[in-house]
Amino acid sequence: MANSNNNRRKFFATTLQSVGLTALGGLLWSGYSDEVKASPLVLRPPGALPEEDFLKACIKCGLCAEACVNRDSNRDKEGNQRPGTLQMAKGGDHRMIGTPFFVSTDVPCYMCDDIPCVPVCPSGALDMPSLLNEKEELDINKARMGLAVVHKESCIAFWGIQCDACYRACPLLDEAITLKYQKNERTGKHAFLLPIVNSDICTGCGLCEKACVTEEPAIFVLPIEYSTGKAGSHYVKGWDKKDQERVKDAKEIKTINERSEKEAADYLNMEVEY
Amino acid sequence: MSNIKYLLLRRVTQFTLLFLYFGANAYGWHMLEGTFGSSVLFGVIPLADPYTTLQVLATGFVLSTDVLLGALITILFYMVVGGRAFCSWVCPINMVTDLANWLRRKLNLDKEEVNYRFIKRKARYWIMVLGLIVSAVVGVAAFEVLSPITIMQRGIIFGFGAGIAVIVAIFLFDLFGVKNGWCGHLCPLGASYSLIGKASVIRVKHDHEACTACMKCKVVCPENQVLHMIDKESISVTDGECTNCGRCIDVCDDDALGFSIRSFGNKK
Repeated sequence: MANSNNNRRKFFATTLQSVGLTALGGLLWSGYSDEVKASPLVLRPPGALPEEDFLKACIKCGLCAEACVNRDSNRDKEGNQRPGTLQMAKGGDHRMIGTPFFVSTDVPCYMCDDIPCVPVCPSGALDMPSLLNEKEELDINKARMGLAVVHKESCIAFWGIQCDACYRACPLLDEAITLKYQKNERTGKHAFLLPIVNSDICTGCGLCEKACVTEEPAIFVLPIEYSTGKAGSHYVKGWDKKDQERVKDAKEIKTINERSEKEAADYLNMEVEY
Repeated sequence: MSNIKYLLLRRVTQFTLLFLYFGANAYGWHMLEGTFGSSVLFGVIPLADPYTTLQVLATGFVLSTDVLLGALITILFYMVVGGRAFCSWVCPINMVTDLANWLRRKLNLDKEEVNYRFIKRKARYWIMVLGLIVSAVVGVAAFEVLSPITIMQRGIIFGFGAGIAVIVAIFLFDLFGVKNGWCGHLCPLGASYSLIGKASVIRVKHDHEACTACMKCKVVCPENQVLHMIDKESISVTDGECTNCGRCIDVCDDDALGFSIRSFGNKK
């Protein structure tokens, strides 16, 4: 009897220990996994799902990177293989290990017509349907790997110096980046040729960033969610017939809160804390 | 030479596979592309690791049929034929842990008093389940974040970077920490193949009549609990944890061990 009691006690103790250690391991493991997910400023291959889904889906096989480096167009004049755009994140890259990414200033995306990296993806992390045009053909221009942003304080074109390196490097010449002519009031007789990125066309390939002549590129590609804002649905372009349609059936909503108790002029004149 | 026959065969297999994977990236070969997570054989046949696939599914992502089919092919192969052979014939970490084990014996670290045994062999099954739970909670294939197996394989194909530290850590752990610590206690991938390969047909068979109880096989076996029949009965090694590495067959001087097809019908 005493023996079976002992056995039972031992069984409970070891079970408790196993469960406890499993919980400990689970917490450490979850914490670590969650931390390594946090590498926001990473550029993914064309057609990649939004980052959160991409990290779930990517099976880390490297087939995209292999297709990228071995594409037929990736040869120099002697026929040698050049470095591929896509790298597989390794320890020390501070990006989710084993996932494909690229750094524009190392090797940008050359926007191959046949997009070799995408159809080989076995898991669906690189979403081929998102790159198909109306004719059901692969169309690299539909890729949204990121969006180029110009820092006008360091862009010498904004100083009045003539430079159109990014404009000329852009694979979608005069579409994704256009030059805006503006009078240079300082000299009174010259023009600014200002690079303007059109975010509905830019694919985020990074060729502009690679081509930029300043010490640190004045034009650079960021993941779209970091290079765009969002006005929200409550702003309506009243001059746009289609947008105005959205509020056709809008009814007045009476909001009662601390602010609405006062007259508009009252709270506009008060200091507002944000 | 006969006492390293299977060891040599395994190393040749491991190096050949790694070389084919390496060539897929470096030279554009279409023999075996990708990594263990998901591969393409001869440019057409999909292959995928079952545990990796399960982890991705656990994150809630609906995988394409390519990967699911690949996992199925892999499962069928090891379930019917190979057993847990992935671990000793394919996995590159096996070379690291085998080296640690060999050094362990040479350095006399194999003695009971210098062998830390604070982890149970069953721990890997807990870790395997835990990996799926963590995958679901965090939303990323959790073992793939730290798996030394694919870190080493990708290291060979794409370059190691700081990832080499993980491989060194496994080596040190197996050498100075727990004997067979990684492969035999912790690795959830090995655990998954233990379960998948439990009923496979290729098995090591023991011949009680020929055995002289020298116990060389037990010394060299990385999962020596599976050799419980040595000098007792003439049966096959049926535990899923046997990796079919064949080291026991290599070191046996009495011809008491050999690969055979599992006999069905008779009592085990």
